[in-house]
Amino acid sequence: MPRITVTVDGIQYEEDVEPRLLLVHLLRERLGKTGTPVGCDTSNCGACTVLLDGKSAKSCSVLAVQADGCDVVTIEGLGANGSLHPMQQAFHEEHALQCGYCTPGMVMAAIDLLRQDPDPSEETIRQGLEGNLCRCTGYCNIVRAVRRGAQEMGQAVSRP
Amino acid sequence: MHRKEDARFIRGRGTYTDDVRLPGMLYGAILRSPHAHARIVSVDTSAAEAHPKVRAVITGQTLAGLNLAWMPTLSNDIQAVLATDKVRFQGQEVAFVVAEDPYSARDALELIDVDYEPLDAVIDARKALAPGAPVIRDDLEGRTGNHIFDWEAGDRARTDAVFERAEVTVAQDMLYPRVHPAPLETCGAVADFDKVTGKLTVWCPTQAPHAHRTLYAMVAGLPEHKIRVISPDIGGGFGGKVGIYPGYVCAIVGSIVTGKPVKWMEDRSENLMSTAFARDYHMRGEIAATRDGRIQGIRVKVLADHGAFNGTAQPTKFPAGFFHVFSGSYDIETAHCEVTGVYTNKAPGGVAYACSFRVTEAVYLVERMVDVLAAELGMDPAELRLRNLLKPEQFPYTSPTGWEYDSGDYPKALRLAMDMAGYDKLRAEQADKRARGELMGIGVSFFTEAVGAGPRKHMDILGLGMADGAELRVHPTGKAVLRVSCQSQGQGHETTFAQIVGQELGIPADDVEVVHGDTDQTPFGLGTYGSRSTPVSGAATAIVARKVRDRAKIVAAAMLEASPDDLEWADGRWSVVGDPSAGKSLAEIALAAHSNLELPEGVEGHLDAVTVYNPPNLTYPFGAYICVVDVDPGTGQVKVRRFVAVDDCGVRINPMIVEGQIHGGLADGVGMALMQVMAFDEDGNHLGASFMDYLLPTSMECPSWELGETVTPSPTHPIGAKGVGESATVGSPAAVVNAVVDALAPYGVRHADMPLTPANVWRVVNGNPFRTDLAVP
Repeated sequence: MPRITVTVDGIQYEEDVEPRLLLVHLLRERLGKTGTPVGCDTSNCGACTVLLDGKSAKSCSVLAVQADGCDVVTIEGLGANGSLHPMQQAFHEEHALQCGYCTPGMVMAAIDLLRQDPDPSEETIRQGLEGNLCRCTGYCNIVRAVRRGAQEMGQAVSRP
Repeated sequence: MHRKEDARFIRGRGTYTDDVRLPGMLYGAILRSPHAHARIVSVDTSAAEAHPKVRAVITGQTLAGLNLAWMPTLSNDIQAVLATDKVRFQGQEVAFVVAEDPYSARDALELIDVDYEPLDAVIDARKALAPGAPVIRDDLEGRTGNHIFDWEAGDRARTDAVFERAEVTVAQDMLYPRVHPAPLETCGAVADFDKVTGKLTVWCPTQAPHAHRTLYAMVAGLPEHKIRVISPDIGGGFGGKVGIYPGYVCAIVGSIVTGKPVKWMEDRSENLMSTAFARDYHMRGEIAATRDGRIQGIRVKVLADHGAFNGTAQPTKFPAGFFHVFSGSYDIETAHCEVTGVYTNKAPGGVAYACSFRVTEAVYLVERMVDVLAAELGMDPAELRLRNLLKPEQFPYTSPTGWEYDSGDYPKALRLAMDMAGYDKLRAEQADKRARGELMGIGVSFFTEAVGAGPRKHMDILGLGMADGAELRVHPTGKAVLRVSCQSQGQGHETTFAQIVGQELGIPADDVEVVHGDTDQTPFGLGTYGSRSTPVSGAATAIVARKVRDRAKIVAAAMLEASPDDLEWADGRWSVVGDPSAGKSLAEIALAAHSNLELPEGVEGHLDAVTVYNPPNLTYPFGAYICVVDVDPGTGQVKVRRFVAVDDCGVRINPMIVEGQIHGGLADGVGMALMQVMAFDEDGNHLGASFMDYLLPTSMECPSWELGETVTPSPTHPIGAKGVGESATVGSPAAVVNAVVDALAPYGVRHADMPLTPANVWRVVNGNPFRTDLAVP
């Protein structure tokens, strides 16, 4: 069984894994990171989105062995010392979640979106989140939340 | 108020069923039928049993030995848990493997050898009753055909008479296609049977945990006090998580057999193939009217495709749910409907996906028919509606099929929607565009919902009356815990129910913990579906809070050495009339109620109450929706440009949450109208069994919703609130379809069936409409 080294939410793990083990199952079943859920079996829904070396990736479509040597950030690794990441706070403020099941993946995808475009238009946000399905919100408040998150993060960066 | 639930969800700290982990837990997986209809000749499990990580393989024969091969459905039919004699739909459950890890459980499924003898399948519901059609349910004694039920409502003779002499009649066939609620979290369960205590604990994303417990007790023979159903956080339900699925029973049996906890989680394709579908109503609507547009009668015939087992979730006396609210929002003299249910070789279901027990179908029928009439009369569809809408002074209004609508101001809502949309300007824009050969459509839908089932006298689920309990306990320091029988799947109950208590008692909502979903901890009730939480459990919450307030009054009187008759309630305090300074807050009263204060004879102390709320009637929220679409005449692509939604659900407990509910429902409507269908080929192969083919709207297909509001309280509800969660799903598909058909008017199109995909629109435009639910037309 291959042995991999992977950093998840700032902690380094060494794990023996079957080559076929999916990254999302490594996170959920082996490391107890159940904040990242599974919503489909065809890579459409994006509920399992994490940051893999800084870029958003659907963790149901990555083998754990492919993450060897990588840095993974999940929803549980955002925010420091109990405080919320601005994007998490924005989702709360704008009522951008209901059942909460798409939320972890949606927040991670939104953070990656802002990496590419720190001040996105509504159209850019909708395109950027096209890989993440939500059944509850009708997306409207998610778009608002990402705009708000972008503003907050912009402020955070511009502050001395 | 912002949501209390968010704190855990935005951190990935919710607890959904698949997050539950127990020591020694095993994993189950289901072997499913590749055939829609086939006799099972043999099932060989020996190779699977020899797999080193497999702990048990359960077949229909295993279950038959426990008398569990079949289970009762919510419609007084039976459903196979694991098939014994035949399989009756593709994806049906055939065997259950329990293994040490989920990957090995799936491996072992490949090792089971089932010998099938394929049979002809019944896929097209219109052929189910044909002589010589294959008999699907030969397990039922004496069953020689696929007919399930006939049901009718309204006055047939009077309706026929109105049609005889009407100046204008129109008729239209329409299909509300089979769709699926597809909650992002699939179904699953963790079953843990403790042999020492004899107690069974089941974690499961059920919308009705108490009903599940009672059914498990009835079916499995375990006493109810030895069954604990825990519905943890649910990743959306949308009606797909009301009933009991074979996988739940298999997980329970797996735990009993192995003595270990067993987790079973289905994947997406299993969810789409085997859990409750929605709709699948083949409808013929007719309207009788005067030439100047006065609607006189509506007549409807429905052929209902229920799949292989009649598992439709609805009150016992209503085999077609509340379909007979199909006379809608209009002042109509008479109406009649007849509904025939048939078996086909498809998965069971029917009532799901925010349908309020078939109100989706009813509203779609009438709102399409009004547009068909408008086209026939050459009249503007909004104007035709304004001429026929019920007037505010007519409420409470008894409909021609016997519903008593509680309250409404319909013209006000429609006029608001028209103002918001700039209706006249839109029509002018449309005329300009038509002159240039561009296709723009404006669709209007006005709906009346019927939610909050319901009065125990008429409404029960398998004999369980549809009343709901609430328990409220105020702690000595004035904080409170409310226990309710409804079960949130994202609707925000932990926030809004705390707000109701807060408003009634003057306790900050943050100081009220709402407990739900654990049958050991909460009072009995029937759960959350049919938008019934606010009408029933919300009412129970207000009433139980008022009981506590009444008790607090007696305690306050003892504290103040006054007569209770001299006290008045204001700003969260009981105080002496005319002397507001002589008063006690609820927190002070709570502490005193738990102290050594001398209380009047018969008052036991402490500050808590229990109630059961039996609603006197449903609530009838309503709304006016206007959708604007642009259609590309070359490709048939529909773009929803704007969507204006005016909803009236009476008093809004939390406007932010109400708006979020409406946004979600509008996305459902756009998805159903334009994208979603569960199609089958003639062998019964499911052609929409993954998100590759069963398309859900993304952020790209949804416009920015434009919401409006009017407030017409329900006179029968303690706080004037009506349900709302399903309104937008009910009301919006007709608005989208009406808009697309309106756009296609230059081609002489009067109707086109959902989903209006580019291919279908293109075919309609070219005079060659296509039945999207069947791969072979």
